[in-house]
Amino acid sequence: MAFTQEQLVEGLAEIVNEIAGIPVEDVQLDKSFTDDLDVDSLSMVEVVVAAEERFDVKIPDEDVKNLKTVGDAVDYILKHQA
Amino acid sequence: MSKIKPSKGAPYARIMGVGGYRPARVVPNEVILEKIDSSDEWIRSRSGIATRHWASPEETVTAMSVEASGKAIAEAGIAPEQIGAVVVSTVSHFKQTPAVATEIADKIGAGKPAAFDISAGCAGFGYGLTLAKGMIVEGSAEYVLVIGVERLSDLTDLEDRATAFLFGDGAGAVVVGPSDVPHIGPTVWGSEGDKSETIKQTVPWNEFHAGDVSNLPLNEAGEIKFPAITQEGQAVFRWAVFEMAKVAQQALDAAGITADDLDVFIPHQANMRIIDSMVKTLKLPEHVTVARDVETTGNTSAASIPLAMERLLATGQAKSGDTALVIGFGAGLVFAATVVTLP
Repeated sequence: MAFTQEQLVEGLAEIVNEIAGIPVEDVQLDKSFTDDLDVDSLSMVEVVVAAEERFDVKIPDEDVKNLKTVGDAVDYILKHQA
Repeated sequence: MSKIKPSKGAPYARIMGVGGYRPARVVPNEVILEKIDSSDEWIRSRSGIATRHWASPEETVTAMSVEASGKAIAEAGIAPEQIGAVVVSTVSHFKQTPAVATEIADKIGAGKPAAFDISAGCAGFGYGLTLAKGMIVEGSAEYVLVIGVERLSDLTDLEDRATAFLFGDGAGAVVVGPSDVPHIGPTVWGSEGDKSETIKQTVPWNEFHAGDVSNLPLNEAGEIKFPAITQEGQAVFRWAVFEMAKVAQQALDAAGITADDLDVFIPHQANMRIIDSMVKTLKLPEHVTVARDVETTGNTSAASIPLAMERLLATGQAKSGDTALVIGFGAGLVFAATVVTLP
């Protein structure tokens, strides 16, 4: 099953909330994980692993550094989901 | 063909005593900040490390090992001459020949035991423990001294803001001996050489006399930098937390117990964030005491598990007879996990 952009933002918001304690409504497409949402490089790994499980997608280490904003992550998953 | 008489070992093995040595000099984050653009808050939030110990020139790999071993042997209640083998795990003993284990064996008064060094990075303690158990059960030694010792301050790039704060020095030792009941579970161990670039020494030693400096790292003044340990932080974090949680679970399964049966969890003291995430991923129950020695000892690679074990016992956070899950993981990449009864 392919996820829609809306479902991905909602899912990522829940993940970021769970891992970094950021309110779900703050997690929006244009938000930077590090600068706006206070997700540091190690928490980002936790977000990525949780997203992999939830959205059934593989996000290799070398691609993680390119996911600067929530929108980057959503686009990546849209493009790579099974 | 002649009939060969086999050796006769003990039914099982156990850890009989543990000892640790931390160098006298305590180094707070303020000292680290003299050479990198960072902050105490940043270092603490990324690693949980507040202080670490750095060895003086006199606190050599041998000297620290002898101190730690003396305590372990005394606690085990055996005489040094009874030790049949000395296994030393280290990546920071710079005189590779002869093995430092022989000098340590001599200095502790062990006589003429088998003595050798192993290189298994931060999994070194688990590798050594597994070898010791094998020797005792197989019958080639009755008592084995396993030492993890590092002077990682010698292999730290103090100008690298990602690793300058991470490493510390110290030695931890255990005496492993015979037992009528199992006190060391099956080891789940292995290596992932396809990830060898994830944690590594920056350049090999022989590059230094190859005459070609083009491959050597330079500092801002253009001087050649000594080799140091470097790592890909995010990749290491993911592997350590999520892959190693699976290995830890396999070690519990192999020992025939569940997380509910555990009293203590002693992961390699790599980084508090890794420890916290492992605890969460493994869903360890509240009653399990978790070693968090990294806060004041830093990452001491092969020495970290016995050092953390010694501190838990010394401070009363854990007690003799407790069931502990130990897991080491690091450069290689390599890993080793097992369940033990604390001495």
